[in-house]
Amino acid sequence: METSLSAGAADIGTAEERAAVDEILSPPPSPWVGGERSPRALHVARRDGTTLPPRSLLLPALRALESRVGVVSPGAVNYLAVRMDLPPAEIYGVAAFYALLDVGEAAPPVKVHVCDDVACQLSGAGGLIAALRERYADEGEASLDGVQWHRSPCLGQCDRGPAVLVQRAGAHAADIEVVAATREDVVRAIAAPGPSPTPPAVVPQVGDPSLVVLRHVGRVDPTDLDSYRTAGGYESLRRALQLGPEGVVDWVADAGLAGRGGAAFPTGWKWRAVANQADRTHYVVANADESEPGTFKDRVIMEEDPFAVVEALTVAGYAVGAEQGYIYIRAEYPLAAARLRHAIAAARQRGFLGDDVMGRGLRFDIDVRQGAGAYICGEETALFNSLEGRRGEPRNKPPFPTTHGLFGKPTAVNNIETLMNVLAILEFGPARFRAVGTPDAAGTRLFCLSGAVARPGLYEAPFGTRLGALIDMAGGLMPGRTLQGVLLGGAAGSFVGPTALDTPLAPADLKAIGATLGSGVVVVFDDTANLTGTVLRIARFFRDESCGQCVPCRVGTVRQEELVARLAAGRPHGTVADELRLFRDLAQVMRDASICGLGQTAANAVDSALRLGWLGG
Amino acid sequence: MAAVRPMTRTDGAFPERSVRATIDGRAVTVPEGTTILAACRAEGTEVPTLCFLENLAPVNVCRACVVEVEGSRALVPACSRPLEADMVVSTRSERVDHSRRMVLELLASSVDMSLAGPDLERWLEEYGADPARHGPLAPTGADRQARAGRHGSVAGEARATLDQPVTIDNELYVRDYSRCILCYKCVEACGDQAQHTFAIAVAGRGFDAHIATEFDVALPDSACVYCGNCVAVCPTGALMFKSEYDLRQADDWDASRQTVTDTICPYCGVGCTLELHVQDNRIVKVTSPMDHEVTHGHLCVKGRFGFDFVHVPPPGAEDTRR
Ligand SMILES: Cc1cc2nc3c(=O)[nH]c(=O)nc-3n(C[C@H](O)[C@H](O)[C@H](O)COP(=O)(O)O)c2cc1C
Ligand code: SF4
Ligand code: SF4
Ligand code: SF4
Ligand code: FES
Ligand code: FES
Repeated sequence: METSLSAGAADIGTAEERAAVDEILSPPPSPWVGGERSPRALHVARRDGTTLPPRSLLLPALRALESRVGVVSPGAVNYLAVRMDLPPAEIYGVAAFYALLDVGEAAPPVKVHVCDDVACQLSGAGGLIAALRERYADEGEASLDGVQWHRSPCLGQCDRGPAVLVQRAGAHAADIEVVAATREDVVRAIAAPGPSPTPPAVVPQVGDPSLVVLRHVGRVDPTDLDSYRTAGGYESLRRALQLGPEGVVDWVADAGLAGRGGAAFPTGWKWRAVANQADRTHYVVANADESEPGTFKDRVIMEEDPFAVVEALTVAGYAVGAEQGYIYIRAEYPLAAARLRHAIAAARQRGFLGDDVMGRGLRFDIDVRQGAGAYICGEETALFNSLEGRRGEPRNKPPFPTTHGLFGKPTAVNNIETLMNVLAILEFGPARFRAVGTPDAAGTRLFCLSGAVARPGLYEAPFGTRLGALIDMAGGLMPGRTLQGVLLGGAAGSFVGPTALDTPLAPADLKAIGATLGSGVVVVFDDTANLTGTVLRIARFFRDESCGQCVPCRVGTVRQEELVARLAAGRPHGTVADELRLFRDLAQVMRDASICGLGQTAANAVDSALRLGWLGG
Repeated sequence: MAAVRPMTRTDGAFPERSVRATIDGRAVTVPEGTTILAACRAEGTEVPTLCFLENLAPVNVCRACVVEVEGSRALVPACSRPLEADMVVSTRSERVDHSRRMVLELLASSVDMSLAGPDLERWLEEYGADPARHGPLAPTGADRQARAGRHGSVAGEARATLDQPVTIDNELYVRDYSRCILCYKCVEACGDQAQHTFAIAVAGRGFDAHIATEFDVALPDSACVYCGNCVAVCPTGALMFKSEYDLRQADDWDASRQTVTDTICPYCGVGCTLELHVQDNRIVKVTSPMDHEVTHGHLCVKGRFGFDFVHVPPPGAEDTRR
């Protein structure tokens, strides 16, 4: 293929755009690939094909354009095409996949993303949206002072909504997370010279000796490696090095650890499968995309205990024989990304990462890669594609990541909470780890409590804790209120009614009532909640987040949203029974024939709401 | 798209092993690596396919070909999944039929499939697809979203479709994306599966995902070299040679009046086989056989479109060109 520039743009970007790209790709090595054209330089022949930047830098470069100039323009795409030897159409196809990248000739310099998802609906998102409409303009329109706002899916701040993410374009601009946001907070954040400090995460159990995953939170300075080491940091890696890679895998398997990212896959089994692959290039990936509505646990860990994430991924790399790890983190978490980058740099400087980890001659390093607004990129194979600079479309499985993962190599991908549990297993031993929880679900779980409870926040409790007890830990309902229902497991999970309060939060018990723990979401709805609005929001979410690849999900999520809208408005096509039959048909094809878990679970929450009779069903 | 896709063996090498499995209760033995689809076809069992084409690697996105495999929670795409030892496959279970019906129904509810061929028409009937039950057609569709993942409000009264005007921006072929089922074939054919021009890609996401040049620029402003290979693989008539489009617009396209003549392309030494589709003594479109070992159905702009000279009358004769 020869790189052809788009005739749609005559230029290869402004100096500013090229500088943004060069910061990621490093400056062009010659005039033939976008460098300064002097008559002298044009007389030098080079083989630039050998020095092409890897395609995996495409998303970082697109993100750099968005953050520096606020848009991915035709000229900038041409420059990327020249620098990376990629077709402009393909670059455009990648950029246009992500919600937090603007594509076009120009875009307003400030973009405000207001969460109106399930939890923030309960904490005043509607009022905030009305206020922003009044202050600025209608949704999606730029105000005279260059501000554009959009409703956004969950921003991972559900315990302190309404949440807002402010994207500001400029040479030194940083994205800002605003929590418990008022109109004035948003105005102030837009005007602030630098990133305003995000208030620390809410972990009401801080200091409780029974904490496992959250044991460092509040006791360790997340910006200081020494503070982490004083609290016992890097003892787990030391133990791992004593055990040897197989020993680590055995411990993790013996402990009965199952993945916390949603699918509850046995971690020891996964690691062994990767470790045993004959192909010697292996990767480990920490999945920090956390976009399941109602989930904020991984953000709290990354913000409050970033060194532990780095240590845990190092252990994973050692166990499966990888020399390179990646942390793929959603774009909406700028503070967590900054803390992780800082922790990685500090660990590298002190010999905990790099060519000689802990003086043992082991090579391991970590890169942080940020997403750009796409729930689907949390699906492991979509994550690989996104990281590789492609559209975040899931791959058909098999083949599985353990044999064909990132860059086609054997890859162990794990959720952040899963990785944290590995450190605990190494610290306490598999037997003590297993002693907590239930016989078929070892250890503790993190629960993201939001909605109508007195003390929303992140809680840790053993598997098997009853739902009612968990809600009591969070202070119970507000005085005088009664419970309508709970959303368990996020948008991909399901609603349960008040009768579920006695259900132990463990896989088998939940399965019996048609629910799952998913990513630990517990959104509580009291009698003041508008549940119809919540169900509509979930239907909208799946339509927006479908990658569009396969028919059951691409069209099915649209038809599902239309159907829910009709039921919510009390205007069914035909009878309600006809609509319910149509819904069951849609739900079944999405579950049976979709490529990935998004489509396969897209009807769960609506299904449960209908069974609870919430839509007149 | 997946970087690694198991394919049917095409290298002709002697298979190392064969695989024994059961399809619809019958024992079958096939060479290792054979897809479920290929095994079914060898048995004479029909499996509907929309995004699969023999000369392209399977993208397994349409899900029309799903079959039930014992022990597998979800249904499995027959076009890409190799048959494994002892697999028990069912091609017409209740779940399979339901998914096929719904896939066809969902597609037909959102795009115009009237030119998608007789097989499709038969399947819609056979599986009982009923697009009308999703409501009346919304008056206009395909308002391109300003931003991925942020769509406008939905009342649900009418069903959203991809209805949109035909794009005519060049003399050789037209693009009617209101017929597009997003089978990815054109992108694959334009990309590394055949043409290596990469003029088009999938952009946007979800229901707003669509085939586009960069920033939707017109084809003459894109990298397109007019090989027409995308047109040749398009299963729905979304991409159509202008010659065919014009005749259809004039209500003058009539396959029953057409003959197909094989010849060799006169332009270069490769010697691609051309199939000239002729109606009323005029070439109305040029294709090449998909199973041709040189072309695999793909041509270049000269063989595909360079036939006007044939219609130039000899000196002195009456010029009948339109
Ligand atoms: C639509 C979708 C979104 C997902 N999002 C996430 C996510 O944000 N974080 C995560 O850890 N796993 C997510 N997963 C699950 C991953 O595919 C994968 O199973 C997980 O990262 C494996 O880690 P674990 O075994 O430690 O749980 C998602 C799955 C699907 C289908
Ligand atoms: S199920 Fe949905 S998100 Fe998953 S591959 Fe299919 S269209 Fe994409
Ligand atoms: S005509 Fe050829 S070059 Fe042009 S878009 Fe189609 S396949 Fe690509
Ligand atoms: S234009 Fe045709 S070939 Fe391309 S994706 Fe659409 S239906 Fe498939
Ligand atoms: S941040 Fe608003 S619902 Fe999660
Ligand atoms: S033909 Fe198999 S998924 Fe389309």
